[in-house]
Parts: sequence; structure tokens; C-alpha cells
Amino acid sequence: MTEQMTGAQALVRALEHVGVDTVFGIPGGAILPAYDPLYDSVKVRHVLVRHEQGAGHAAQGYAQATGKVGVCMATSGPGATNLVTPIADAYMDSVPMVAITGQVTSEAIGTDAFQEADISGITMPITKHNFLVTDPADIARTIAEAFHIAGTGRPGPVLVDISKDALTNKTVFHWPPVMQLPGYRPVTRPHSKQIREAAKLIVEAKRPVLYVGGGVHKARAAAELLEFAELTGIPVVTTLMARGTFPDSHRQHLGMPGMHGSVPAVGALQRADLLIGLGVRFDDRVTGHLPSFAPHAKVVHADIDPAEISKNRHADVPIVGDCKEVISELIAAVRNEERKGDYGDWWRQLDAYRETYPLGYTEFEDGSIAPQYVMQRLSAIVGPDAIYTAGVGQHQMWAAQFIGYENPGSFINSGGAGTMGFALPAAMGAKMGRPDATVWAVDGDGCFQMTNQELATCAIEGVPIKVAVINNGNLGMVRQWQTLFYNQRYSNTNLQTVRRIPDFVKLAEAYGCVGLRCERPEDVDAIIEKAMEINDVPVVIDFVVHEDAMVWPMVAAGTSNDDIKFARDMAPVWDSED
Amino acid sequence: MSRHTLSVLVENKPGVLARVASLFSRRGFNIDSLAVGPTEHEDISRMTIVVNVEDLPLEQVTKQLNKLINVLKIVELDPAQAVHRELTLIKVRADADNRSSVLELVNLFRARCVDVAPDAVTIEVTGTPDKLQAFIKLLEPFGIKELVQSGMVAIGRGARSITDRSLRALDRTA
Repeated sequence: MTEQMTGAQALVRALEHVGVDTVFGIPGGAILPAYDPLYDSVKVRHVLVRHEQGAGHAAQGYAQATGKVGVCMATSGPGATNLVTPIADAYMDSVPMVAITGQVTSEAIGTDAFQEADISGITMPITKHNFLVTDPADIARTIAEAFHIAGTGRPGPVLVDISKDALTNKTVFHWPPVMQLPGYRPVTRPHSKQIREAAKLIVEAKRPVLYVGGGVHKARAAAELLEFAELTGIPVVTTLMARGTFPDSHRQHLGMPGMHGSVPAVGALQRADLLIGLGVRFDDRVTGHLPSFAPHAKVVHADIDPAEISKNRHADVPIVGDCKEVISELIAAVRNEERKGDYGDWWRQLDAYRETYPLGYTEFEDGSIAPQYVMQRLSAIVGPDAIYTAGVGQHQMWAAQFIGYENPGSFINSGGAGTMGFALPAAMGAKMGRPDATVWAVDGDGCFQMTNQELATCAIEGVPIKVAVINNGNLGMVRQWQTLFYNQRYSNTNLQTVRRIPDFVKLAEAYGCVGLRCERPEDVDAIIEKAMEINDVPVVIDFVVHEDAMVWPMVAAGTSNDDIKFARDMAPVWDSED
Repeated sequence: MSRHTLSVLVENKPGVLARVASLFSRRGFNIDSLAVGPTEHEDISRMTIVVNVEDLPLEQVTKQLNKLINVLKIVELDPAQAVHRELTLIKVRADADNRSSVLELVNLFRARCVDVAPDAVTIEVTGTPDKLQAFIKLLEPFGIKELVQSGMVAIGRGARSITDRSLRALDRTA
């Protein structure tokens, strides 16, 4: 197909051809030419957000809910720099996203022109790749390349910065373009020798653990994982990025590992003689003090990114490949082994951990709400078919611990970057990608105040998300650290939202949403049920909870996983069964 | 720590040097020497990067470099199987009294005198870092006024070329 048109028309046409149906963004001077043909597109819906950060997180939520590449758009300068946080977030969590930014005209680049920022230079370390386009003839090919890079291999954000003159000048549009990426060849097929080696270790192991990360769902390999786990009988832990990839209700699931992981999950890793890491990166929040992490374990590490393997922990069996292919081949290889793994003693030990150290929390005697209780009731009433999003902090950890996830991709949160304000715009994006799903943003009062202006977008665009603000009046996780490590000196963590500044119910109403407040445990169920009945407008619930609630278990930063506490000053007795 | 020479073939596009340099600084690796230039193929540039690291971080840096979309190929050159060269220009004090002593050193090191002034000469010398160090040390007593050194460039010995396969990859996409 060949046609004469402007660069801006070529951009919109290319977006249509790669299958984009939703773009989150805000127009401005340099990107303005692109918004004119976008106005006419019937295939691409542009969602006008209230802040570019919201556009970026919405694109992330959309991408994670659908598996497609999310798209956000902004103008040059401050528009583009406002996308930096979501781009960094998408980079850390390997979210496929394309960010399109306008740039000043090519002759003005480098002159400190109005609204000029070197966004390709700024985002170089936080993108999988980025492009600066100054020739309209390059636009279609660059868009094809950007979507290909973002969505294949280890997914990630790609930025395409386009100068204003490239958008306004004429070009000849060809589709499909020939991509020019000679240096991009992601390896998806694992090496068969490594697979056989891994299978041998698996049947020989006495205390193996399947350490499952975000890469398994990104490879759409949850079904293979379930088959592999049931075939081998190996216990499973799911990281923050993998919650839901293996059903929480499954007998073999031990919970989440890491700084706020379950005692059985953390204990299993520490005592394992074999870790089978699938789509994980041995992140510091999982390993704790690295030299004492899983000290007795050999490591099989499968990941699509070769640079993750042996980055933090030496892999005895490195497997580079897509997790779907890796797990399928592991299933076949384990079936081919004559021996079968015997993990009976291991399970007896782990079951004892489970029985002795279940997840729990303390109720408050003053009749105030424990935030963990809100999560449990959400889980029970809303159920596992919904999508839950979270930002960063206490609310995120409680949402990870106390909501039961059964489906892959049902928990979308800011894992690696830990971005406050992620939950609400991500919920908006997820809801637009999966309109039939119920989408709950679990948010903190601190996080909520960073991006709640997107409630306006939700109300106007007809995106009826539900927001559970876990309002403890504080930057809760920071306050928790001050309680534990800074002698209860609460420096600048009290947001005083319990004084109703702002009043979240009124705020919700001001944005055209329904606002509800819940202050007593006995009202939690009724209010959640009421929110579930409202499906035409967004709902915000202000759950006023006790400020002293803490996230347990906890491995203090920089310490060994062996020193996990399941409550303040309460360490598990590991070897009671011996 | 040990010195390693990486030959990195990259697409000849704007910003590639910045990507490589920013990757090194972001991942906390130090570059001892860096030289960039064209190759026999106009679409490919070659970077010769000398790093002083242990084997494990070297593996990391190589893998991270490989993830850059514009990087086509990375080869670590074995010092025994490769020719390494640096070029240095040195402006040294030399007047009528001692110029002949300086020129004698120039001849011994197979260097070249590229400019002469009444009280100074400018010398061009190429060689391995060891040779250049030795030469500079011998010139020091005369008084070095100015010195500029290129990054190291290196190429494998024998008939094999590291660019062949990368060229084929480029042709496929063209």
C-alpha cells in the first residue's frame, strides 16, 4: 500500500495498522499535528487524561490487562518529562508500552527552544529502546519497529520522539514497512541440553521450590506452569509480579516470597536444595541479604533476558528462553526421566510451617478497621475474577497478601519501581482494556493524592472503576519503618487525611463519582456490596483504618531472609520439627 | 581485576555512542579506553572498549551491551591473538642543544617527528600501551609540554573477520 500523506497522517495510519485501539494522552504544541488526523480515526480511541503520568500508567494497566502493547502520547518538554515516571515503571516491570512524544522542529533541536527537552536522551537508561524521528519517511517504519521491540522478547517501554516538522511534512506511506533491526534477535527457544540438565536436577532434588516471577504470565504460560507443578509435585512461590499466575487456592502454593512474604514461602527458599527460577530476576526484595539467600540451593534459572541470568545469583543451569517454551520442554524432559522426585519429607516440613505460621494480623480493640480485614472482605465479596491494581506501600503489600488471586494478570501493581499513584490510572487503563471485568484500585491515601485527578477522566470517559482508599492518614510504609527503625520519630509522614483534608467522599463527588465512607468493621461488607452494585460511574470508598497497622511478616532491608519476623520481635522457630 | 578488550560492532546511527557510554555509567562499570570509528562497511561502526573488571562483571557488561538494539556483535579479543595499538602525540621541549637526543629516542621507538619549532618538537608514536609508557618515561626529563592519546584499537590476528556475519544480518533487513 502506497499513499501520499503528512507524517502525522502516517503516524495515525501506522498506529491503526499495528492494531492500536486506545491511546492515552494530552495534546500540546509539538504533538498538535498528530492530534488532527487522530480526531478522524475510527479505529483509534484517544483518551484525554488529566496528567501525562496518568496516561503512562493507564497504558501500563491496559497493557497488563490485555497483553497488548499500551500506548501513551504527550507533547514535547514537560509533556514528555511527565511520562518519565511511567516509562521507568514500565522498564522495571517489563511492561510493553510505546510512548509517542512530539518534539520541537528539527532545526530548533538543540537551541533550548520553547518546550524543548531531550526526551530521548533523558529516557535512554529507562527504555528498552528509543527513537528520535525527524524525517516523515521514517515514521511508519519506526512505529512498526517500536511495537515489535516493545512487545517481543523481554517486553518493555519504547519511546518514539517525533519532531513537529516530521509530522507536518509530506511523505509516501508504505505498509507494511521493512523493519531494520539487525541487532535485535531475542532468543525464545531454550537449549535442549540445559533442559535435560534441569530435569535431572529436579528429579534428584529433595527440597526443590518453583520460584515463579512475572515472566511466566508475560509468556502466557500459567497453564503450563500448573501442569508442570502438578506433574512434579514441587511447591510454588509466586513473587509480587506473579501473584495469580499460580492459583492461591492450590495446595502446592506457599505464598509470596520476599521482604513481606509468607513464612512458608521464605522458609522454603531458605531451606531449598534446588530453586527453579522461572521468569524471575532474584530481586533484592525477594532475596534479602544476597549471600545468605537460599544458601543450600542449586539454581536453575530460566529467563528470556540472558542478562538476568547469573546477574545477582549464580545459575548452575542457565536457560535462556520464553517461559512457555521452557516449561513445556521441562514437562517433556521430566516425563522422560525414569526417576521421580521424592519430596515427601519436604512437604511434611513445609506443611508444618504453614500450620504454625499462617498469615495473620491483629485486630484493634478500639473498634477501628484493620486494613487487612478490608482486603479479606474485598477478596471474599468481589472474588478472583476481578482485576486488582495497587500502587506502592502498605496497601500494596496487604493487597498482595490478603486478596486471593486465582487468575494470571489479576493483580497489577508497581513492583520494581514502587511508584506512588500507580493504582488509579492503571485501573483506568485495565478497565478500558477489559471493559467486562470488575476493576478495583486498592490505593493508599498518600498514593491516591498523587493521581486522583484521573477520576475526572474515568467519569467523563465512562470508565466505572472502583477505588478502595486505605486511609490511615499517613505515608504508611514509611511510618512503619519509622516505627521500627527510627525510634517512632514520625518525620513528615502524617498526611492528616483523617481530618478530612481532603474529604475523599466530597472529592469523589466533585469528580462526578460516587463517594462512600467506611469507618467501622461491621460496615465493610455492606459498603463493598454497595460499590459492586454501582456500574455506571466510578466509586471511591474511603476506608478509614487504624494508623498503627503494620505489614507482617517482614525481612528488614539488607538482612537475611533467615531473620524474618512474623510480627514485631517474633521470629519463627525453624527447626522445631527436628 | 584484569583488562579486557571488547570489539563492539554497532549500527552507524546517531546516539549509539551515548547509549553505550550511558550503559557503562548506569551499570557502574568503568571504561579504561574507548575508540570509535568506521569499518569497511559504511553501515557499521566499531568500538574498541577496554575495561578493567573481573570475569563475572565482564559477562554482565557484555550481556547488557548485547541488549542494546543498535549493537550487532561483541567479541572479546584475546591479547595473544590480537594486535593492539594506541596513538600518542607528544609535544616535548627540545632546543638546539638537546634536539638530537630527542630525535635519537624517536628513531629507537620508530616514532615520527611531525612538527618542529625552535624550542619544541611534536612526536607521533603508535604501539602497545607498554611501549608508549616506556617512550613517555624517557621523554619526561626533556619536559613534556602537551600530550594527547587515542583510545586503543585492536584487531584479531589471522584471516578471519568478525564483521562477516554482522554484514549478512544487515543485508537481510535491507
